[in-house]
Amino acid sequence: MELTLWTYEGPPHVGAMRIAASMEGVHYVLHAPQGDTYADLLFTMIERRDQRPPVTYTTFQARDLGGDTAELVKRSIADAVDRFQPQALLVGESCTAELIQDQPGALAQGMGLELPVVNLELPAYSKKENWGAAETLYQLIRGLLKHQMPEAGSSKADPARWRQEGRRPRVNLLGPSLLGFRCRDDIREVRLLLEELGIDTHVVAPLGATPADLLRIPEADANVCLYPEVAESSCRWLERQFGMAMVTSVPIGIAATQRFRQELQQVLQLDAIPEVADASRMPWYSRSVDSTYLTGKRVFIFADATHAIAAARIASAELGFKVVGLGSYSREQARAVRAAAQELGLEALISDNYLEVEAAMAAAAPELVLGTQMERHSAKRLGIPCAVISAPLHVQDVPARYAPQMGWEGANVIFDSWVHPLMMGLEEHLIGMFRHDFEFVEGHMSHKGEKPPAPTDTNEAIEAAAAASGIAEAEVLSWTDSGRAELGRIPFFVRGKVKRNTETYAQERGIHAITDEVLYEAKAHFSR
Amino acid sequence: MEILKESGQREVFCGLTSIVWLHRRMPDAFFLVVGSRTCAHLIQSAAGVMIFAEPRFGTAILGERDLAGMADANEELDRVVTDLLGRRPEIRTLFLVGSCPSEVIKLDLAKAAERLNNQLQGRVRVVNYSGSGIETTFTQGEDNALSALVPLLPATEAPQLLLVGTLADGVEERFLTLFERLGIGPVASLPPRRSTELPAVGANTKVLLTQPFLGTTARALQARGAELLSSPYPLGVEGSRRWFEAAAAAFGVTPLHCASILNPLAERGRAAVEPHRRELEGKRLFLLPDSQMELALGRFLHRECGMELVEVGTPYLDRQLQEQELALLPADLQLSEGQHVEQQLERVRASRPDLVVCGMGLANPLEAEGIATKWSIELVFSPIHGCDQAGDLAELFARPLRRRTALAFA
Repeated sequence: MELTLWTYEGPPHVGAMRIAASMEGVHYVLHAPQGDTYADLLFTMIERRDQRPPVTYTTFQARDLGGDTAELVKRSIADAVDRFQPQALLVGESCTAELIQDQPGALAQGMGLELPVVNLELPAYSKKENWGAAETLYQLIRGLLKHQMPEAGSSKADPARWRQEGRRPRVNLLGPSLLGFRCRDDIREVRLLLEELGIDTHVVAPLGATPADLLRIPEADANVCLYPEVAESSCRWLERQFGMAMVTSVPIGIAATQRFRQELQQVLQLDAIPEVADASRMPWYSRSVDSTYLTGKRVFIFADATHAIAAARIASAELGFKVVGLGSYSREQARAVRAAAQELGLEALISDNYLEVEAAMAAAAPELVLGTQMERHSAKRLGIPCAVISAPLHVQDVPARYAPQMGWEGANVIFDSWVHPLMMGLEEHLIGMFRHDFEFVEGHMSHKGEKPPAPTDTNEAIEAAAAASGIAEAEVLSWTDSGRAELGRIPFFVRGKVKRNTETYAQERGIHAITDEVLYEAKAHFSR
Repeated sequence: MEILKESGQREVFCGLTSIVWLHRRMPDAFFLVVGSRTCAHLIQSAAGVMIFAEPRFGTAILGERDLAGMADANEELDRVVTDLLGRRPEIRTLFLVGSCPSEVIKLDLAKAAERLNNQLQGRVRVVNYSGSGIETTFTQGEDNALSALVPLLPATEAPQLLLVGTLADGVEERFLTLFERLGIGPVASLPPRRSTELPAVGANTKVLLTQPFLGTTARALQARGAELLSSPYPLGVEGSRRWFEAAAAAFGVTPLHCASILNPLAERGRAAVEPHRRELEGKRLFLLPDSQMELALGRFLHRECGMELVEVGTPYLDRQLQEQELALLPADLQLSEGQHVEQQLERVRASRPDLVVCGMGLANPLEAEGIATKWSIELVFSPIHGCDQAGDLAELFARPLRRRTALAFA
């Protein structure tokens, strides 16, 4: 039993819903009690979808449990097939139905339905959403392609066979799904990257694919594993069973996009990679003098594995930040995250406990947080600017505009969306610094039309920051007025750290009253 | 009145969802769901925003070890509770909330509460109830939570009015002022604002429900000797007025005094509704089953805003609690109980209503089909009770219609 307050991932059947809702022509019959229909709103509200996810819930009640819930399952399946006429049917159960063991998948397979039926067994008490999504995509691909499987021992498909066949090379893009981060726009951007290299995009799945599209997967020369959380098990199986090559570079960031191009060249044996002049503005923006102030900015990163790893590399190499914390809730991909952290001399935080993440964030005293919606809230409480880089999402993370993360344009989007919150943080600091100037005194408004911050804000902010970082006010320590005033002048995003350092310094020296002088002595001590 | 009883797929939250407003009402209480990751994800998704550092609700997620019997679920629960209370010393009442999985594996939360109460020796009171989706819909969670408190209420023989059901704090204060003006008192509330300050109950307690979904609680209070006052619910001018009048009659307030207090309120309320009435009048309304407030809302929108009721759906019909609402609804009303969501949506499409009140899972898909919607969840979070809120309540329904006429892309 594990206490959970907020959770990064939903249960595995929500992962299955993501696959079903991403595709066309697939229907999912879910044996589940009535409350489980809440999951529809993830798609209709957060993703702002204009249609209900293709899911039929049996919505059994306590009074059904005494009777024949298996009959209810069969009735729901028959009704769903009749009403929605899907090309393929997924059948599974949520946590409660798993306990009553009706085995809906087996029931469906015994009904003699004239369409492919995939029995999903997603252990709700040990697995989570991303695993459920990956397993569902894998089971669906496997179920649909099992009749096409080459015989054991037959020769491996040659990824360069496009030459003999006198056509352009073609690849599948596997992994983009609903409730993933910016998948819709990433597909468009990756298509452009492939077009630059003269490669055709064959099947994109699950987002927008039909079961008939999945049947065409083996026609491609390679599979691009765009989001390992969702597609890795499928790509591995296709590699094993169909000998299909797998491209593993995820093109988020300039260097990663170049690596992606190079890997495609190697795998497909392309002649050359065309140079694209000024493909992205990001390198110039990062080199330009205005960006000097980004140098060494302390960044804390926590996300799904794909986006956390990419963010760490971009932050350190392409924006000149200092990564002071790196972690992920994706336990399945923990190894890759640990390796990425090691490259930066860090130890990765692998956790699905947001309080642990928040504590690590506070301890690292970053100036910018790159995280999920959970970290956005933690960062807000700690007064640190934050950009969202990964699921779990809110509705504002599904923007109307084109905002990919991948490819050349993705790098532009990343530059803007990571630097913007830092600028806002700086602006807030400047407003704080000048708030005693006459323009800011009571009655005058800043250009944003907001009231100047009340003078008491400082002390409250200090206490809030201290409370949030779990620092208990030492009984013997007290801040004098001069100390407090000086602390209030420190930019809010480093104030917590300065306060803690000063207190440590004072404690070590037996100083009880922290004056402005003590603060500056501590500052000098720690900057040595 | 003909009632269409349907069974099939339901598109309704389970009772766990009511934790979202209950925990705000009692800031010194913690709601611990004993359930699965699905339960945690449901509450998080229904709550919509995650703005609390550490929310006063959480889920003790059952793992494989608990189910396989490798770990004693009771010991595990005690451990989780001890950790939780250690970190949250300000918590005075802990609600152990049963879920679908805990009901199915028959984890006895009543026993667990008893055991924990012994261990905690009065420092924290532990109460249990079920919010499971196999037994409760949406607002029934509040009914179960409040009925679990009823045995703990101290006894009193003193005459009093007891308001039952969560109200927004501001609305409650306004109601208390009005009761004082009417000369009715003392007035107590269940749930109270502090979980330790439970109201008393006894033979001279008169109960006035603020919400129509509190049947179990009402009957438990009756069993403790309280008298249940029958009235329409305080939504809209008419409902609110009749609600206050029911209390006034029970407390022997003269009709003249009652009218002197309520008349100006009603007049002002009607004036506030009027501009919205002009937009809503003659428009056709379809209420999908959700919060149990559908009958009262339908009554308000029909009688005070002039809307035509195509169908009013309710997850279940408690005839005793809805008696007064049913009497005010048109005799030829199409009322449906339970749900078969596909068939119901077919009726929605066939009847082309001007406005559909529905849950968040259905709103955008219906909008995309060209049908205006109002999400019902807002009705359990917003202050909508009383004459003073009648205008705001009407505005909630007029806004989607006004927005549609305001938008133009050509």
